[in-house]
Amino acid sequence: MSLYDVIFYLFALVTLVSAFMVVTTKNIVHAAFYLLFTFFGVAGIYALLGADFIAVVQLMVYVGGILVLILFGVMLTNKITNVQIRSGSTNLVAAAVVIGIFAGALLTMMLNTRWLVNPGKTLITTIPQIGSLLVKQYVLIFELLGILLLIALVGAASIARKEEREK
Amino acid sequence: MIHVSLTHYLVVSAFLFSFGLYGVVTRKNAVMVLMGIELILNSANINFVAFSKFGNYGLNGQIMALFVIILAAAEAAIALAIVLNIYKTFAHVDVDKINNLKE
Amino acid sequence: MSDITLVNLSLIILLLPIFGFTILIFFGKRFPKLYLLETTFLGIAFVLAAIIGFVKLGTLTEHTIIFQFTWIDFGKLPLFGHLKFILGVKIDNLTAIMLLVVTLISFLVHVYSIGYMHGDKRFSRYYAYLGLFSFSMLGIVLTHNLLTLYIFWELVGLSSYLLIGFWFEKKSAADAGKKAFLVNRVGDIGMFLGILILFTNYHTFTYDSIFAAIGAGHLPFNSPAWLTAAGILLFMGAVGKSAQFPLHVWLPDAMEGPTPVSALIHAATMVAAGVYMVARIFPMLTADALLVIALVGGFTSFLAATIAITQNDIKKVLAYSTISQLGYMVMALGVGSYAYGFFHLVTHAWFKALLFLGSGSVIQAMHHEQDIRQMGGLRKKMPITYYTFLVATLAISGVPFFSGFLSKDGLLLGTYAFGSLTGHILIPIFGFTVVVLTAFYMFRLVIITFHGEPRNQEKYDHAKESPKVMTIPLIVLAVLSFFFWYSPNPFSSESGWFISKWIPTPHSVVPENMRFNFMKTAGEAAGHVQNGGEAIVHSPMYMEALHHAHYPAMILSILLAALGIFLAYWIYQWKKVDPDMLADRFNWLYKFSLNKWYFDELYHATFVAGTVGLGKVLAWFDSNIVDGVVNGAAWVTRKVSQFSGAFDHYVVDGLVNFSAFASGFLGLVLKKFQTGKVQTYVVFVVFSVLILLLIFRPF
Repeated sequence: MSLYDVIFYLFALVTLVSAFMVVTTKNIVHAAFYLLFTFFGVAGIYALLGADFIAVVQLMVYVGGILVLILFGVMLTNKITNVQIRSGSTNLVAAAVVIGIFAGALLTMMLNTRWLVNPGKTLITTIPQIGSLLVKQYVLIFELLGILLLIALVGAASIARKEEREK
Repeated sequence: MIHVSLTHYLVVSAFLFSFGLYGVVTRKNAVMVLMGIELILNSANINFVAFSKFGNYGLNGQIMALFVIILAAAEAAIALAIVLNIYKTFAHVDVDKINNLKE
Repeated sequence: MSDITLVNLSLIILLLPIFGFTILIFFGKRFPKLYLLETTFLGIAFVLAAIIGFVKLGTLTEHTIIFQFTWIDFGKLPLFGHLKFILGVKIDNLTAIMLLVVTLISFLVHVYSIGYMHGDKRFSRYYAYLGLFSFSMLGIVLTHNLLTLYIFWELVGLSSYLLIGFWFEKKSAADAGKKAFLVNRVGDIGMFLGILILFTNYHTFTYDSIFAAIGAGHLPFNSPAWLTAAGILLFMGAVGKSAQFPLHVWLPDAMEGPTPVSALIHAATMVAAGVYMVARIFPMLTADALLVIALVGGFTSFLAATIAITQNDIKKVLAYSTISQLGYMVMALGVGSYAYGFFHLVTHAWFKALLFLGSGSVIQAMHHEQDIRQMGGLRKKMPITYYTFLVATLAISGVPFFSGFLSKDGLLLGTYAFGSLTGHILIPIFGFTVVVLTAFYMFRLVIITFHGEPRNQEKYDHAKESPKVMTIPLIVLAVLSFFFWYSPNPFSSESGWFISKWIPTPHSVVPENMRFNFMKTAGEAAGHVQNGGEAIVHSPMYMEALHHAHYPAMILSILLAALGIFLAYWIYQWKKVDPDMLADRFNWLYKFSLNKWYFDELYHATFVAGTVGLGKVLAWFDSNIVDGVVNGAAWVTRKVSQFSGAFDHYVVDGLVNFSAFASGFLGLVLKKFQTGKVQTYVVFVVFSVLILLLIFRPF
């Protein structure tokens, strides 16, 4: 068992355990912080897969951006002063059964399929290549995503805005 | 002991997906549902990056993962805005009490 | 100084004004003193432009600097070929001179506006717009391809719109802005089509690449007619921007904007952009296209000059004079007198900006009175304004020792030679008639405004000379209107720097049989094919015609100018003839000119009324025919439905009631699933996926 394997299991463990806690804990703030560990774990997995740039983006966007947004959501939609930051669950049993079966099917599929494995050589760093792909082959998608983000920005602001009072 | 292979990553991603789905289905609070969705997106991303490496597809898989992250950011912003709007309308964000679709 | 330093300097010049614009737009309200920053920026830009001009014109005269880079490379595309966009900067002598003109006038207008716009409530925004305009204009000057030219072209249109409508509380100002914008759009559509023709065929926007492709014998769609069409379509853009007939109607209305803006945009720089653009694309213009350009320019200059004679609004006179002079430049380019056309652009920029700024000074002294019939005798009250205005008037009238004479004389010489070589004598006739008219209406303006007795005593008593920030720009511009900046010989510009060194006429790239006979190089005339040669355009025949025309043209233009000036003095200063009597005697001519040849009415009656009329016809069609059909159909439908209603009631209802009962029952069952909760639906989805997995068994 090489060091690589050990690190992989460590990250996988962190990811899965904290993900499990995210969906089971009662306290929303706790869930958000468990989510932080999940994101860290996933970033580690990316790094293990040789995707350094994606790992960094994962940290910056998910941890730095999305998680903060979610925490904002928690703060803005719960009465913090009441210390009632709890959230219940519904249909626990039924959901557990259906999703258990689903997870079983998924796992069977993953384990039984004979994947075509043909590892290419791992690059020291992927950033220059990703950069050139983004502005050459994927430039259209790249630009479209830029526009999408702009639309999302405007849309989010306009949805969340307070209605102007009728005169 | 087997070395870490593609299947290992896929199994992790499958578990992550199931957890995310579980969160989406069971949690009452809309923000928690959002967290579940983020988990699902992450599991899909792990698949992209893993296949990108083991399938020798160059960096194309990673680019897709990057695009997914961008979309996730946009989605989170919009979803949060919607959640805030729900909160303004109903004074709570429990998705199981919001069943206006029924009428 | 190396090429790359010059390119960097030019980019700094380009970016300074837009930087100022950004700052002013965001912080202008909070820090009202920021306009000084923008003014300083323009001052720096002028200094840099002077450095570029000195280096380029002084030491690198023969050398064209091009800096370009690939912006986007889309690679090979199906049905098109290799698609990539190259952006870049081209600095040749034309660019260097234009940089100087634009930055200096812009700077002077910035300074002048400190006095003129003092106390305006949107002072900062005014300066921001000026910055935006300067940026766009410099972009037009610097760009080396049609794509960015078009972008900056639209940007100057936008800033012009914003500044014309700057006092948008006034309905006339807001309307004038809209009119300018819409009329320009008509021309720009043509220009856009021209660019598209060239781009479809050559897959590039760069001037030099397009010229090289044409020079190598590739014609658009393999047809000479398309090359002519592309040239004329591109010229349409200039027709709009430079206010040529038939799109000249917007410029007089644009005088609703603040007067310094009129000086900067609607006299000196933006309207000259059209001329500059034609100069840029000059090598690809065919003989037919050039003829069209010359005729449009000549007719425009005549038309505008006849209107200017009778106008009573000081700015309107100057506006029509601008149109007339722009027509001159366009005509000069059309007859192949390239260097003089551009030379006139430069000299005209100084003295026309001076005239506008001087009129602004008068208008402010008269408390925003623009009617010259209310003025008179201002010479004693405002000596600086008067003498600078007089210098500009002498220059524009083509009096020797002033800059206007040099450029005008050369330009008229070109038309004279063109007329004698090709037989199109209408063009020189227009050219020489306009000399008389110009001298006449300009001196009429000066005499009525500044000489004689005050006509409105009350306003006259309150008038006083403008402050120093306004008079110093006037003096600077007046100094620039003398001859010695351009040529050591006050009677001929041939030995001057412009003609002999700086502005060589570019070599035409169109196929030989599509050029004027006289526009061939000596080698081609002798039968040798010669491509890519620079700067030698005119055949010995042409040079000889020029030589022959030299003295007659010069003497004629001086005499005609003198005649115009004399007539103006005869009528308005010495009052030998009563102008009202003349107006009565030639009543219909007078009315025709006073009402601007009824162009506004004509366009109103045709295009505007046509559109409205079409709308009315369509509305009538809609309400009578379409509605009639609909109503008829409704009547038929009603009858049919009465019948089918009976059928329904007895036969179908039975079935329906049964099915309603059945679906109601089903609904009772299915309702259980429709909880309205999204999460339940998710579970259903998962469930369905499971079923699909079961069916297809992918494992």
